[in-house]
Amino acid sequence: MGFSIDDSRPIYMQIAERIENDIIQEQLPEESQVPSTNQFASFYLINPATAAKGVNLLVDQEILYKKRGIGMFVASGSRMKLMEKRREQFFEQYVVTMIREAEKLGITAEELTNMIRRGDKS
Amino acid sequence: MSTVVKVKGLTKTYGNVNAIQDISFSIESNKIYGLLGRNGAGKTTLMHLITAQQFASSGDIQVFGEHPYENNRVLSQCCFIKESQKYPDNYRINDLLEVSSFFFPNWDRDYAHALIELFKLPLTRRIKKLSRGMLSSIGIVVGLASRAPLTMFDEPYLGLDAVARSLFYEQLIEDYGKYPRTIILSTHLIDEVSQMLEHVMVIDNGKLIIDEDADELRGLAFTVIGPATSVESFIVGRNVIDRKPFGGILSATIMTRLSLRDQQQAATLGLEISSISLQQLIIHMTNGRLNGKVAIDQ
Repeated sequence: MGFSIDDSRPIYMQIAERIENDIIQEQLPEESQVPSTNQFASFYLINPATAAKGVNLLVDQEILYKKRGIGMFVASGSRMKLMEKRREQFFEQYVVTMIREAEKLGITAEELTNMIRRGDKS
Repeated sequence: MSTVVKVKGLTKTYGNVNAIQDISFSIESNKIYGLLGRNGAGKTTLMHLITAQQFASSGDIQVFGEHPYENNRVLSQCCFIKESQKYPDNYRINDLLEVSSFFFPNWDRDYAHALIELFKLPLTRRIKKLSRGMLSSIGIVVGLASRAPLTMFDEPYLGLDAVARSLFYEQLIEDYGKYPRTIILSTHLIDEVSQMLEHVMVIDNGKLIIDEDADELRGLAFTVIGPATSVESFIVGRNVIDRKPFGGILSATIMTRLSLRDQQQAATLGLEISSISLQQLIIHMTNGRLNGKVAIDQ
């Protein structure tokens, strides 16, 4: 039940990732307010303490900050910071895996480049 | 954070059956606990002992810092909704709500009536005319509206359809968010409740085999699949909790956190890796093949 929470990875990390994605895609613009932990809990049907742990992870990384008595907000400059972090992960997560799979299937580097160009157009 | 329940060396035997064997744990305030395990593992007995409805054979139980036996200071703060909870046959639902308001100091009448409407319960119908699912729904209404500092639900689902169960989960999380309290959910429907739990306790054959933060348990084990010889070389010296051969393929489940080195080694060997869910982990640990021998690596 709930909305596609994956039960094989810590949930607080998944909540942090979702907030990060929303910031990168500007659904949560900088200086905007982040939903409360109870709102996260009700929406994803998760424990509020787990939601709070995910939010606090981003506070520790200075992606979010707390306005006393009001709630959590997206820090200025956090979008660029997250994009840089994700670019580094992109290489490990997608490029390396893709090249390995390509080797397994006997796809040459040139064929792979052509495929990427073709994928870009579609 | 204060301790709500403290149990030390608790044992309960019926004749020569050890229902609970030397269990010790603490339950902290304002968390949602999952008490999980197979049928007959000892979950219900444990909750009966906490609420002083049965006597322990040995060991010590403290609830809100006191012994619970015939202690109204303690018991008025507890609400225990049993599996197939029985209410007097001649009561109407509204009588039951009236009586509950005397039992529970934090009873919220308006919330109880809102829940009655949500679960579509007939307020003036007598208990004996209700279906099994309706009786379970009443237990849920009483459990939630009691707002008891220690609320326990023991398999509250008998006869409940998926819609009603999902209503229960939504209400539980929403009301708990507004009025934090200690909740113990005993169930074998692990995958339905796991994401709502902050802490997980697993009982197997009367023994407490897991007592851990729920998120710590996620990703604690992983499965590796590939050509048998490669998998064999990968799992040498590791804590293997399950293995399934399939033709020339071997699937092995290993109890350890997946490190970057593991990932690289698996990739070099051409193996596929996937984390296992909390429910799968508990199944592996309680299916009787391990005899509770696996310790959790920290």
